[in-house]
Amino acid sequence: MKTDELVAMLASSVEAVPLHSSERRHAIALACGLPVALALMVVFIGVRPDITEAVALPMFWMKLAFPAVLLAGGAFAAIRLSRPGGRMGVTAVALAAPVLAIWLLAAVTLAGAAPAEYGLLIFGQTWAACPFMIALLAVPLFVALIWAMQGLAPTRPALAGAVAGLVAGAGGALVYAPHCPEMAAPFLGAWYVLGMAIPAIAGALLGPRLLRW
Amino acid sequence: MSVTEARLRDCFLRGLAGESTAYHAFLQELSVHLRAFLRRRLSRLPDEVEDLVQETLLAVHNQRHTYDAGQPLTAWVHAIARYKLVDLLRRRAGRDALNDPLDDDIDLLAGSDTEAADARRDLAKLLARLPDKQRLPIMHMKLQGLSVAETARATGLSESAVKVGVHRGLKALAIMIRGGP
Repeated sequence: MKTDELVAMLASSVEAVPLHSSERRHAIALACGLPVALALMVVFIGVRPDITEAVALPMFWMKLAFPAVLLAGGAFAAIRLSRPGGRMGVTAVALAAPVLAIWLLAAVTLAGAAPAEYGLLIFGQTWAACPFMIALLAVPLFVALIWAMQGLAPTRPALAGAVAGLVAGAGGALVYAPHCPEMAAPFLGAWYVLGMAIPAIAGALLGPRLLRW
Repeated sequence: MSVTEARLRDCFLRGLAGESTAYHAFLQELSVHLRAFLRRRLSRLPDEVEDLVQETLLAVHNQRHTYDAGQPLTAWVHAIARYKLVDLLRRRAGRDALNDPLDDDIDLLAGSDTEAADARRDLAKLLARLPDKQRLPIMHMKLQGLSVAETARATGLSESAVKVGVHRGLKALAIMIRGGP
């Protein structure tokens, strides 16, 4: 087939194509992945028993806001990176800022605490389970986001995969937070960040394989 | 914004809205720029140029829904061409063929080359290998120019199956070109 014939073939009877497909597909992925993760959390591990008292504490909301901000910033980054030539741009700041903020808060907390309290502030009671649970709860959203990206055209598949993993990790942390009894910033800065980093690294490794087009 | 960018973008956007003639003009002019762009970068692999022009055109078509109207069209097309070029070089593991830096997206529209060599790969033969529910809608709509409704009547498929068949068939063609999933 000659190139002119290919051009004629591609151009004949074209259908109108809706724009904003990247936004739409990512919105669908979030709308499908997050409720599934939430349901898994409620069914298998449940919300913390003292949830009615916890909602009165500012730190409880901080614990939700931290992954929520990352999730939002990451979703915009994912939308951009799913288009050919897309760059993170300002969304990189939206990803770095919440992590830096939680680390700053952790440093302030530790600076005001006695050295004997460090262990409890950093490790809490549940450090061994936390990153694992967050990474596990990230799976539904990760699958949904990879589906979204496979219908688009990321030209930097490793970075796009990493961002998909990070968004999924942030979603996992968001739905894990109402279960999690920990309230200290150093704990969040260590184990929540690790829990979100696991799917991000997995995404960076899987991206080039899953996102070819 | 250059005159060429403005003209191409206008044709492309009208094509996205469903205007076949504008879209045809866009693809025609784009193929000329792509040929020059890729020929400069594949000077050691001249036989690959036309195949890659076709592969890139197919990718532009298959991914046209990913264009963000806020971005320059040149940058979007360049990213696709570059992605397909790198993919080809990776497939051939012939990095030596690269004699130009790849990240100069300004000059995609600078050159033009209307001399199409023959493609070595015959897309018509690849098309023939598609399953019927993809091949028939493509044959009727894209090669004979029938409408969705006419194609649906001719093939016995539903109208949505015709649209899906064309879409999936052209994607499957791109996957066959790059050698499997």
